[in-house]
Order: sequence, then C-alpha cells, then structure tokens
Amino acid sequence: MMKPEIYYALGLDDKEYKKIRKILKREPSKTELAMFSVEWSEHCGYLCSRKWLRLLPKTGRYKTLIGEDAGGIVIDDLAIIFKMESHNHPSQVEPKQGAATGVGGIIRDIFTAGARPIALLDSLRFGPLNQAYNRYLFNGVIDGIQFYGNCVGVPTVGGEIYFDNSYTGNCLVNAMCIGIAKKADLVRARASGSGNSIMYVGSSTGRDGIGGCSILASHEFKEGEEKRPTVQIGDPFTEKCLIEATLEAINTGYVAGIKDMGAAGLTCCTSEMASAGNSGMDIELQAVPRREENMQPWELMMSESQERMLVCVKKGKENQIKKIFLKWDLNASVIGKVTAGGMVTVRDKGEIVAQIKASALTEAPVYDMPRKQPEYLRQLNKLESSGISKPKDYNSVLLKLLAAPSISDKSWVYEQYDHMVQTNTVVLPGSDAAVLRLKGTNKALAATTDCNSRYCFLNPYRGAQIAVAEAARNLICSGARPAAVTDCLNFGNPEKPESFWQFKNCVEGIRDACVSFNIAVVSGNVSFYNESPQSAINPTPTIGMIGVIDNINRVCSQGFRQAGDAVILLGHCREELGASEYLKEIHKMIKGDAPYLNLKLEQAVQGAALEAITAGLAHSAHDCSEGGLAIALAECCIASKDKMIGANINKLNYDIRQDALLFGESQSRIIISCAGDSREKIKRIALKFKAPFCVIGETGGRVLRILNGIEELICLPLEDLYHKWSGSLKKEIKG
Amino acid sequence: MKFGIVVFPGSNCDRDCYHLVKTVLRSSVTYIWHKDTDLKGADCIILPGGFSYGDYLRTGAIARFSMVMKSVTGFAKKGGIVIGICNGFQILLEAGLLPGVMLRNSGLHFICRHVYIKTENTHTRFTSLYEAGQVLKIPIAHNEGNYYIDPDGLKKLKDNHQIIFRYCSVGGMMSGQFNPNGALDNIAGIMNKGGNVLGMMPHPERSSEDELGSRDGYLIFESLLRWFKRKGR
Repeated sequence: MMKPEIYYALGLDDKEYKKIRKILKREPSKTELAMFSVEWSEHCGYLCSRKWLRLLPKTGRYKTLIGEDAGGIVIDDLAIIFKMESHNHPSQVEPKQGAATGVGGIIRDIFTAGARPIALLDSLRFGPLNQAYNRYLFNGVIDGIQFYGNCVGVPTVGGEIYFDNSYTGNCLVNAMCIGIAKKADLVRARASGSGNSIMYVGSSTGRDGIGGCSILASHEFKEGEEKRPTVQIGDPFTEKCLIEATLEAINTGYVAGIKDMGAAGLTCCTSEMASAGNSGMDIELQAVPRREENMQPWELMMSESQERMLVCVKKGKENQIKKIFLKWDLNASVIGKVTAGGMVTVRDKGEIVAQIKASALTEAPVYDMPRKQPEYLRQLNKLESSGISKPKDYNSVLLKLLAAPSISDKSWVYEQYDHMVQTNTVVLPGSDAAVLRLKGTNKALAATTDCNSRYCFLNPYRGAQIAVAEAARNLICSGARPAAVTDCLNFGNPEKPESFWQFKNCVEGIRDACVSFNIAVVSGNVSFYNESPQSAINPTPTIGMIGVIDNINRVCSQGFRQAGDAVILLGHCREELGASEYLKEIHKMIKGDAPYLNLKLEQAVQGAALEAITAGLAHSAHDCSEGGLAIALAECCIASKDKMIGANINKLNYDIRQDALLFGESQSRIIISCAGDSREKIKRIALKFKAPFCVIGETGGRVLRILNGIEELICLPLEDLYHKWSGSLKKEIKG
Repeated sequence: MKFGIVVFPGSNCDRDCYHLVKTVLRSSVTYIWHKDTDLKGADCIILPGGFSYGDYLRTGAIARFSMVMKSVTGFAKKGGIVIGICNGFQILLEAGLLPGVMLRNSGLHFICRHVYIKTENTHTRFTSLYEAGQVLKIPIAHNEGNYYIDPDGLKKLKDNHQIIFRYCSVGGMMSGQFNPNGALDNIAGIMNKGGNVLGMMPHPERSSEDELGSRDGYLIFESLLRWFKRKGR
C-alpha cells in the first residue's frame, strides 16, 4: 500500500485511491497517480456537477454544434463557436498572469475547433475597491487581459464588472471567446485512425502550473498558503503565432483532431482525445520539447505550461504539418501514434511509465452531493416595506447610484483593451451588448455576459433565470435574436450542502429559462471552491449569450439619438425593492427576494422590442437593470459624451412607492425611443405581443426630468449626471 | 497599382488592411512575409499594426532587423511609397526611415478609443483629397504612441511641413487636453522629407467604412490611388 500522504498531496482522497487500484488491479505508478489526480479533479472531471449539467438543453432555435471543448451554432454555412471559462483562483493568486492565461486558454479552445477567434468578453467580480488588495487584484486582472488580448489581436468587445464584499478573498475572472469558421472546416478534439501520428506543437514544457487544476482550482483558499507556483505564465506572441499556424494546418485537411493542452496538460490531451475517438495512444516523453532540465515523467504529464497543443495528424502527412509550425518558429514534434484498444501508454526512453485505459481517466466518478437550503435565507428574504425609509431628495440618490462602482462608467477599463482590431466591432463596449459584423454577409452577431449574483444569493433559482432573461434582453436591445448560451458556473465549496443547494437551484433556473426561450446551452464550465477564510462568493452563474442580427442596417444601441423623440416603456413597474442596488448602496441592506419574473411577460416584451427594432421604428433601446428605471433613463441620456440628449419623462402615473418606481429593479422592461409618428405603429406591435406599452415622455433639452403624476421626482442637468457617472471609477482606483 | 502588406509574426492589423484595400478600395493587394526579401512588385508597402515580434522589448526594435525591412528600406530610399500604421510607425522610427522616437503613453496605459486629428498638410500624396485643416474622427489603439523628437528635429519637421496629423478636439482645437498619449506638439503622424514615407499612430483602416462609425481615414488611400493614377500606374 502507498502512503496516503503521497496521494493526499496530489489532491486525491482514500476512496479515490482505492478506486484507482481497483481499475488498474495493481498499485499505480507515480506517473499514473499524477494522471488520475488531475483528470479526476473537480476542475477537469466535473465529479460533483456532472449529474446536474445533464439537465441543460442541448438544442434550441438555432442548429447547435456540441464539441469536446467548445460548442456553437450554425448560421447558413457558418459555424459560430464560443465558450466561457473561469480563471478565478489563478487570478486571485497572481492577477496579471492568472487573467492573461485565462484569456489565452479560452482563445485556444476556440481555434483548436478550427474557428478564427473574433471576439473576447470578460465577466469580472472583485471585492470593494476601498481595500488596497482588491485594487491590486483589479489592476492586475485588467492589465493581464489587455496584455494578452491586445497582442493576440482578438478584440475585447464587452463583459461586465461587479463589486461585492463576497468576492473579497476570491475574485472571479470569467473569459469568453467567440470564433467563426466555415462549417465544413471544423475539427474535433479526437484522436482517431490507428497509425495516425500524435504531434506536439507550440511552446516547450516547463514546471509551471503543475497541479493548477487539481491543487489550485479544486480546493478553497486557506489561511497562509503559498500557491503561486501553480499559476501558469502567458506568452501572447506565441499564442498569436499558434493561432495562425493552427488554422493554416487545419486548412490542409491533414489534421484528424486537435486539442489545447490546458488544464491537466498532456494528461488531459492524451486521455480525452483518445477517449473521444474510441482509440488508444502510445507516446514517448523523450520527444516532448522542454525548457527545464531533469523533468520527471509525472511532471511532464501534469505541467500546465501555456500555448501548447496536441495534434492528431494523418499518417504520412507529418512533414507538411511540421513545415507550417516551423514557418511560425514553433516547436512541432511527433511524440507518438494512435493505437487501437483504448489504452493510453506513456513511455520514457521506451520504458512504460503509465498505462491506463483512456476511458478510466475520463470517466471520473460522479458524486451525488447533499443539498440543504441555507438557514439565513428565510430571514434575509423577509423585507418589510415600512423598514425602508423614504429618501427626501431623489436627485441625490440618483447621482449616488450613478457613481456606484457596479453602475458607473467602465471606459477606464475597456479603453485599455483593443476592442476594434479585426474591424468588425459595430457597437463598441458600453452599450447593452457588443455587436460584430460578419464580413461578407449582411448579418451581425451580438454578444453579452450577465449575472446579478445578489439575486442569485437571495434566490438562486430565480436569480439564474433572470441572468438568462437579462442576457436575452440585452441582445434584443441591440436588435439581435437570442441564439445560444455558454455558462460559467462559479460557486463555493460543493462539499458544503448549502453551496451545493445554490448550485443545483441555479442550474435548474438556467435550464427552465433556456427552455422557455428555446435556446441551447452549447458549452460551459464549472468553478467550485470559490471560498476564502473571509467568505464564500455569492452564487454566480455567469451567462454568456450570443444573438443573430439578420440585417446589419437594423443594429440598435442604448443612447437617445435625437431630440423630439417619444420615450416608450415596454413592461410594468412593480413595487419591489428586494435585492436592488438601491437597497445596497443607499440603505446598506442586502435583503428581500430577487425581483419577480414571469417568462411569458418577458418574452412578450422582448418580442415586441425586437419587432420594433427590426422594422426600423426604434431609434434606441435599453434594458432596465441595476438601479432601475431612473438609472436606465440617465444612461440613455449620457451614452454619447459628444452628443448627450435630455428627456422629459412626464407621463408616468404609478400608485407605488416613488423610490420603487425610480430605482426598483422590476424585470422585463425596455426603454425605446422613436420618432413621434412611429408611436402608434409600436403600440400596435406591443398589442400584438401582449406587451405592456406606455409612452412616458419625450427626448430633448439639457436635463433629465422625471415626474410621477404631477410630482417632480428628478430634475438634473446632463453634465451632472455624466460627471458623477464617468468620474467615480477612476477616483476609486486611486484609492 | 498594387499594395503590399508586410506580415510580421505578431502583426494583427494585416488582415484589416488587406480587407480595406481589397474590399473597400477594390485595389490589388498581396501579403509579404517577414522572412522574404521580395516585395512582389508592390507600389505601396503597408507596415500594419500589431506586435511585430511580441514587442516584449522596445516596440519595433527587433522588427527593424528583419529580412523584409532590408528590402523595405531600400525601396523607401529609392522613393517607394511606405505607410506605417501604429506598430508600423514604430518600426519606421526604429529603422530610421522617419525621425524621432516613441515613448510609452504619458498615462502609462494602453488606449483604444476614437480621437480627433487635424490634417496639417494637404500637399502630400497621402492627404491631397482632404481639405486644409480637416478634422478626422479616427481610432487609436496603442501603448507607445508618445512621439518625441529633439528641438532641432522638431524645427526641421515644421520647416519642411512633415507633420501631417495632430491630435485635436472635435472642433479642431489643439491643446494638451486633447492629446491622448502625451505626444510632443500633439503629433499623430509625420512623413519623411522626401514625402514618400508616412507614419501615423491612428488607424485609418479602422475608419474607412460607415459601419465602423467613421469613414474619415479612407481618403488617405484614395489620395494615394489618385496620385498613382496620375503617374499612370
């Protein structure tokens, strides 16, 4: 028997060790143990989550493509491939390299499918910026994203940034990449065809990132631990060369399969490619290019050095493929071949150091984790309206909310990212969704990421539904029809029943919302163990969604376009303040329930808005989210710094609390502006969809004025709004 | 009239320039690989934006030693037309084809956004179709665009009307407030004394189609086409 300390150090427990012995019918070698430890880590093996992920819909309105690493949809003869992935723990440990390699990894998942990466989005969450370490993380993560994304030449076109106490001690970095290919040019991450060659391409292997997925990603942070050596180091220039060389290689038709050596490196690539192709693989470690001396077989199998890939090349075509990688000054070395029988055999100088059935590695145990509703929820969900004092001055509340870190202007961040390279970005960052043209067609893509984790904390099921609904609403506001989802599920320790209860409820929420919208979840990622001694994170099921715009001349954005337009509200304002930004920022309360959501009503509002936009009637469209109606209206006014347009909102007539009307976060609401003579046409569209319709005012002037009945609630010059909104993040960063 | 677009391994605006020339300008275009010395008979060489060899060292410092730059330098010295955009401009400075140096942005951050530049000299092959003093809306995207040259050099640039573009307000006002990167005298683009080599930090290939929010960069290429046409190419 092996000493338990050995497999404990690799992140395996007693049960798992016994299971390995049973599979092998003998004692595992050190290399074999290392291989199991990474493949059976939560990060790679999805031990706790797999049972629930099966619930997510794989089909929808658009034809879907589900691959080994990324997924996508088909538009005409084009495949749109996309995926979102977390790099939370590496970023918490070493923010610049953690974020950079997160970006690099997700890009590789896209181009190894044969698709050219055309856009990146990042969903980021940090603790409040008044703490110095959070500022360090924030600056480091932004720096890592710009360092990597700008150099590889993939535009960072969108995303989101939230600040909340729950992320102190465990920030979230979720990166999403979108790629495009001719459908016929796609490749799978499979090794098939006995006798075909297995080629290693890209950077050399070092000792960086050993245990990244098993030790770092699959455990929570504890006091006083040093985990820096488990973080990988990124080289965007090599990645750029790798993108071009890989796409060129795939273009030859000689590539039978290809996979990124990401988490779990060579172990993951050999076992997963073999398993997916119902094949085996026989590799020789001496042929692996390396940058450090005396590396042991287990180190080579576990290393997560970046910018490396494993390619299955058709027999006899090795030299043609090699020539392409050498042209880009990259390593290309045949390290083995595809075999029949399903065994992965790893040799060192010819001697076998590991021999395991590929499927034994890839079929990690499935655990049914216990679940329990957290005790605190019942108390937190109670919110007495009488317990919330009514502000005397709504103007100052609006200004305060505009300056709130989660609402304020993020241009300081996105202007550090090249968001225009590739010349496809039609709607730049800062609107509800980014829009990219598809050159050579009349179509465009819209993309967004969304999740209000406070909603998910107070009501995981509905919070997750709202994340899907809001992502769809954002796309609708850009003129796109929601098409498909990638999800990045960030949660605490799954071994704690309360955490797992949150996870299960969020997955069910995503499923029900996606089924109702008729959209598929084509790819995704689960990140557990997002906990530190300070706290567990809010449950954060980030939704990445793409949509399709059939006519690029009908693209829409959120800013008012001209004076004299009618301002229309599609949807209802309810008296609800639970979980709102207003409660958090003004009353310092995180309480109540997530906003009410009726998916039928949501679809009615979205359907009406989309038809108004595609008919060319809407001049602008903006969704109401954090900060409610008043913030949404302010954003419509100040969207374009050089062309701010005021509004007189004088036709609201609601018998609810004034603060709920202004700042409540009722779902299923979209603000549209249109020419006066389009009003009736949009009204008829709303009627057809059974969407609530109300003309609430008119654009124009240099102030935003909001009345309810005859009572004036808000009257503020645009300059004041802009100043508060645009100045606050920069101030916070300086500390 | 044929454009040649140089491809360094880390170029990332090469395909954008290609799209512009081929699809928008409808002109003839070819890529030129950085390890090649044959310029394939191109009449105008474009050094596109990007990170030539990673630029982990000073931007363009390695690119100037590349095989292709030997040919480009010879081509420029004989009067051949060369445009360097962003990283291309940085390379032209390192190669000595244009005077001055590039420092890191004064704000110490990469900046990507639309800015305004004023056309300072319209008597050139690159700008003849602009009106004198015309203000262009055009994006920048760089970390090192803080142009510097010593006082003597600046005087020469001015005396020879080599300053082509300067950062300004939407209304054409020039001051530090409208200078995104700290460049000396708000300089955004210059040409050599011979008038055949242009370097500029802003990206005209990103502002040559209405869909992208500005068409103001297009006339640089159209001006060139016109000039070649007059020469019978």
